[in-house]
Amino acid sequence: MHDISLPAPPAYRGNSPHPLTNRHLWALALALVVACGVFLFWGGGWQSSYILQLRLVKLGGLLCVGASVGVATVLFQTLTNNRILTPAIMGFDALFLLMKTVLVFFSTALSLQFWDNTTVFLGDTAMMIGATMAIFAAVLRRARHDIQLLVLVGVIFGLLFRTITGFLQRLLDPSEFAMLQADMFAQFGGIDRDALTIAATLMGALFIWLAGSHRRLDVLALGRNSAQSLGLRYDRLQLQVLAAIAVLVSVSTALVGPLAFLGLLVSALTHSLMRSHRHGLLLPAAALIACLILVTGQTLFERILNLQSSLAVVIEFCGGLLFLTLLARGKIK
Amino acid sequence: MIDVSHLSYVIADHQILNDITTQLPRNQITALIGPNGAGKSTLLGAIARQLTPSVGEVRIGGENLTQIDPQVLAKRMAIVAQQLHVGSRIRVADLVGFGRWPHSQGRLSAADNAAISDALKRFDLTALHHRFLDELSGGQRQRAFLAMAYTQDTDWLLLDEPLNNLDLKHARSLMAHLRQMVDHGGKSVVVVLHDLNFTLAWADHVVAMRAGQVVFSGPTTEVATSIALSDLYQTEIEVTSLNDRRFALYHR
Repeated sequence: MHDISLPAPPAYRGNSPHPLTNRHLWALALALVVACGVFLFWGGGWQSSYILQLRLVKLGGLLCVGASVGVATVLFQTLTNNRILTPAIMGFDALFLLMKTVLVFFSTALSLQFWDNTTVFLGDTAMMIGATMAIFAAVLRRARHDIQLLVLVGVIFGLLFRTITGFLQRLLDPSEFAMLQADMFAQFGGIDRDALTIAATLMGALFIWLAGSHRRLDVLALGRNSAQSLGLRYDRLQLQVLAAIAVLVSVSTALVGPLAFLGLLVSALTHSLMRSHRHGLLLPAAALIACLILVTGQTLFERILNLQSSLAVVIEFCGGLLFLTLLARGKIK
Repeated sequence: MIDVSHLSYVIADHQILNDITTQLPRNQITALIGPNGAGKSTLLGAIARQLTPSVGEVRIGGENLTQIDPQVLAKRMAIVAQQLHVGSRIRVADLVGFGRWPHSQGRLSAADNAAISDALKRFDLTALHHRFLDELSGGQRQRAFLAMAYTQDTDWLLLDEPLNNLDLKHARSLMAHLRQMVDHGGKSVVVVLHDLNFTLAWADHVVAMRAGQVVFSGPTTEVATSIALSDLYQTEIEVTSLNDRRFALYHR
């Protein structure tokens, strides 16, 4: 006879400690500060204020893109109740490029050449929010529980958006086409300073809103039935979150172009590190992890590999590999 | 009292609910019974405002349901749906804690934590409280959602087939909890039941539905007869009693 005595489970002691007491978040923040320092000063940053200034702009871009991709992915996964879809997989950034192309296509009529960068950027973002609400609000409402259908819709939408974009671009004259070209591929080299300022402002406003409503997002993640029974105005919050995702995707796509799999990589790492459902922890962790990946990756590429390849390519390769692994292991739910 | 009047619900040309008028009494256990596809879940969903009826209205304590602020309503009425799916990885205690959301908006006080602890104990979840929801069996998960609704501490509790997945012991203990909440806590419970024996044993009031309409309703002892039930389910059912308890025999 073996005496089998299981260890007593820990007693229930109440929950939800404050996010600022979480040691994982502090460790991530510290790692990011170190990574930023290395990026700025390794290889002569302290000798020349010119180099430092260039690097600061680039660093700002990386941090903006990282934070927006990380947060957008977590928000989207909360909205769709799954762990494998990201805004990029559902064709959000293809939609942004389409909206931008449409804007350029009608640029003569709109006299776009007289607009300043800020107006163009805000115009792109506003169109993106409108289009996202019109298309995805309806899709999500009908097909939220059907993940296969969502993936299919995403693939088809992405294809449709890209095809229309391609068609419109063929009709553009060469000078108009040149306005677009810079946005079509992910690149961290030439980040525009004006765009960065607006992007940072938009994101700042959005993050303040998120800081105030992260608890409601926890309820949103329970799904429509439970959330409504708890008194959450589910449909309204769903639209607000969708608009927030549209803004974040606009920011990152406008700054560096489409990045399909970074979001997936970040959300997988975030969930395995934090093991929590609380957005007060998940959102900052996702933002920090995405920034850490981008800053570290860019440092390695610039200083060690001497720009032999592109950071975007490697991130997409790792992210794509992870996507296939998750698919193969049946982790789609 | 919940007053349902002339309620209809149409989805894609299918009349799911057809001009339903009925009353659900306060401070009783009401069982919604009837064959598959009768519209029981839809009626429950309409009462809980999870779907908007095409025609008709629901009043709770005389107030029109659509006029009540969702946050206020969440303190008066809780529903546990039939399909329970949560995408995020969440622990049992955290899920149960969400029941306090209407009262504390996510900032749990000591009183909230005491209520959570009590619900965990009542639904036999204390040993499981640290487990993730996706590591539980169907019945355990069901109990976690029931505990969440219990923690919400509302006047009305609506349960859609809560006995699904539950073993004998937990099914009986759930019904006993409901009985106690009604008799000693002043609560009112509406529950969709498939097991006629549980209906006869625990429900004070019965609303029987078929094809989107109410066939009969009233106090269980009066209306749940052999003839009425046989007609409702279109199969032979004999209601009999043994030691002052009523049973439905339909097994062979």
